[in-house]
Amino acid sequence: MREVRILEIKQSVFADNDRQAQSLRKELKEKGVFLLNLMSSPGSGKTTTLMRTIERLKDSLRIGVMEADIDSDVDARTISESGAKVIQLHTGGMCHLDAQMTRQGLEGLETDDVELVILENVGNLVCPAEFDTGAVKNAMILSVPEGDDKPLKYPLMFSVCDVVLINKIDVLPYFDFDMEKCREYIHMRNPKTKIIPLCAKTGEGIEEWADWLLEEAENWKK
Amino acid sequence: MHELGVVFHIMDSVEKIARENQADGINKVVLELGEVSAVIESYLQNCWSWASKKRELFDGTELVVDILPAVTYCEGCRQTYSTVDYGKICPFCNSTDTWLLQGNEFNIKEIEVY
Repeated sequence: MREVRILEIKQSVFADNDRQAQSLRKELKEKGVFLLNLMSSPGSGKTTTLMRTIERLKDSLRIGVMEADIDSDVDARTISESGAKVIQLHTGGMCHLDAQMTRQGLEGLETDDVELVILENVGNLVCPAEFDTGAVKNAMILSVPEGDDKPLKYPLMFSVCDVVLINKIDVLPYFDFDMEKCREYIHMRNPKTKIIPLCAKTGEGIEEWADWLLEEAENWKK
Repeated sequence: MHELGVVFHIMDSVEKIARENQADGINKVVLELGEVSAVIESYLQNCWSWASKKRELFDGTELVVDILPAVTYCEGCRQTYSTVDYGKICPFCNSTDTWLLQGNEFNIKEIEVY
């Protein structure tokens, strides 16, 4: 009979991923590549917002996009029309990206000629919030039809985000969406979160968002 | 689906530790799971039994989950109460100035190897 041993470990399940994310962030800093992790529910307008953002920033920054989906390349094809460099990542059924998958994605994208990489995470408000991808900043899109109470239902997602874009504000008159309440709920989760109401369809608010992103990307290179 | 990803992460970490300790096999993995940690034990067990058959080192490894109750602390009256029963609002003084003391844990506590 072989000897049985108990090994005390006491480490968070996420500890390894957190370490990998930290080292990825350090490498990105050395290269001056700014990685944004963009999260949201399915149907919140991520791809449309991205198209607008690229349109606005493509003369100031060289942009790469990583489209993460469980399957298909519908979004990647749309984004490639914007002129940005794009790569499709398949998570193989997984509901989120972790730091290692993000690293593989960056290697596939080849970041030598890009300054800003936007990672379009899997559409989901639960799992992506738990895994640090190695991104410099986290952003999420909450669209008006989803309701102003989402920060109450998905607290972790809102607490990890540096910026929340409230999309589809053109339909505000048709929904019981209380903008002030929504701000209050978001700040309950994270008082430092920046909130930008916008409409990807009409372009309203895109300027403020794009300016924020440009400033963050430039600061990262310093 | 989330639980499956999490199971792979646990297996990666445990495998690393087992190899560092020159273990030939793993009898048992013990986790500590907070009551409000967004992971469901029964899903975790299902994913574990599926995934453990795919990895040699984990064939037959038992997963034990210790549930830690969620407790919230109230700054208003300095008492603690059950998070699952009362959420963010203190049942004693109705204050919302409260924070989670325990219940969000998701740790690998220990493993039994041979």
